[in-house]
Amino acid sequence: MITRLEDKELKRRSRRQLLKLAPVAALGVFAFPQVSDRLIAAGVRFGDWASGALFRSQHLAQTFSNTDVVPFEKFPYNGYDVLDPEVDLEKWTLTVEGDVQRPGEYKLAQIQALPKLNQNTRHVCVEGWDVVGAFGGTPISNFLTLVGANTGARFLEVECADDYYESIDMASALHPQSLLCYEMYGQPLDRGHGAPLRLQMPTKLGYKQAKYLDTIRVTNVLKPGKTGYWEDQGYSWFGGL
Amino acid sequence: MSNEEEKKQPAPPPDRAADAESGAVEAVVAKLDMVAAEPEAAEPIAKAEEPALVRAAYEHPLPIRITHWVNAISLFVLVASGLRIFRAFPSFGPKIPEKVLLDIPKSLTLGGWLGGALQWHFTFMWIFAASGVVYVVYQVVSGHYRTMLFTPRDIPGVWPMARHYFFFGPKSPATGQYNPLQKLAYTSTIAFGALALLTGIVLYKPVQFSWLAFLFGGFHLTRVWHFAAMCGFLAFIPGHLIMVVLHGWANFYSMLSGWKREPEYQE
Repeated sequence: MITRLEDKELKRRSRRQLLKLAPVAALGVFAFPQVSDRLIAAGVRFGDWASGALFRSQHLAQTFSNTDVVPFEKFPYNGYDVLDPEVDLEKWTLTVEGDVQRPGEYKLAQIQALPKLNQNTRHVCVEGWDVVGAFGGTPISNFLTLVGANTGARFLEVECADDYYESIDMASALHPQSLLCYEMYGQPLDRGHGAPLRLQMPTKLGYKQAKYLDTIRVTNVLKPGKTGYWEDQGYSWFGGL
Repeated sequence: MSNEEEKKQPAPPPDRAADAESGAVEAVVAKLDMVAAEPEAAEPIAKAEEPALVRAAYEHPLPIRITHWVNAISLFVLVASGLRIFRAFPSFGPKIPEKVLLDIPKSLTLGGWLGGALQWHFTFMWIFAASGVVYVVYQVVSGHYRTMLFTPRDIPGVWPMARHYFFFGPKSPATGQYNPLQKLAYTSTIAFGALALLTGIVLYKPVQFSWLAFLFGGFHLTRVWHFAAMCGFLAFIPGHLIMVVLHGWANFYSMLSGWKREPEYQE
């Protein structure tokens, strides 16, 4: 709508309106690396909080038929360091610590004796690629029951033979599709994919699916700066899908 | 029409009988208050005998200006960090064998590495989403959308404008604040923004929003749509900036101050 007003009045109104825009300049703080580093880290923490709130503990990830699964040789080997930390598969045991009634060393056979779940699910990498693979193992919740874990605790920490480490929220650990995985494509896990035992959770990004599991700890407190190998460098901790 | 006749008449003196009713007095007071609170909304002071008046229009209300600039900054960050994220897997095909579609120079990207880019992306997605929602809600609630929303009525006017801009054809007379091609461009950006946000939600939480992933044809295809939304913005922005430069300071300043001096259109 066209208005007619005096030049002075137009300038006055323009100036007043221009000043009202000043709050947008607050975004300028992002131009300073010391401040922006903290702000964007806080942004990711906010996203993690929202992700936890959005997470539906009984909502299942899509599962696929055997024909939708990529051939085994097209399932990428992805490691942060070595693809074979030379785990002695004969002597391997899983150390269980923390808020559990029966801590100690657990053999693979004890884990394999628990009810088994085979699932064809999507593995999503933070880089953007995804593959549908075939996985077999026992739901983590079964194992937590076996060791008498306090499932009211907040976190599950894992340490790996290749010095990788991870932590996940208890709700995700108890998700019915979250596996202690010892098989892929109907075969025992090979060394590149994390033999003898890895995490496999279709509700989490790939970097949360720690391989070569060595220790599991149930805890209420995460050590600051030691929440996960990639998370400590800036990835989202929740890493949920 | 009796309404138009009323408008032409000078304001009648307040009816004393009506004044006696407190409700009417309150209404008048409220109206005066409104006028006082929003000087921009005041009726044009059309006094023909005073010569030094400038034509001006309050084109962009404050919420539009704020969200415009917040969106502009957000889009810059989201595109630059998004390109860095895309570098981590620059393909829409399978991981094995990986076919690199685009090798985006690092200098065009933001974040330094994948994790840093994700932090920028995951921070500004909230800012962009909030600003986008405020923008759309304000447009709808205030009715301001009528100045910019592309409707079927605008279709015949698109080609003449495009011919004018790209092939130096004759200029169509300015009918309103925006010509049909502008309306198409601005309305498209809302569609790109909506597409970017919805596909972004799927890429961020494909399991929790599996129904939305399904609507976009699955996780894999959603990544393509997300990229396409960015391409839409990248197609819009250079044209938008060139037009801003061509139309000069008064036009640009109106997105800062809201007021445009000597607008090129009538009414």
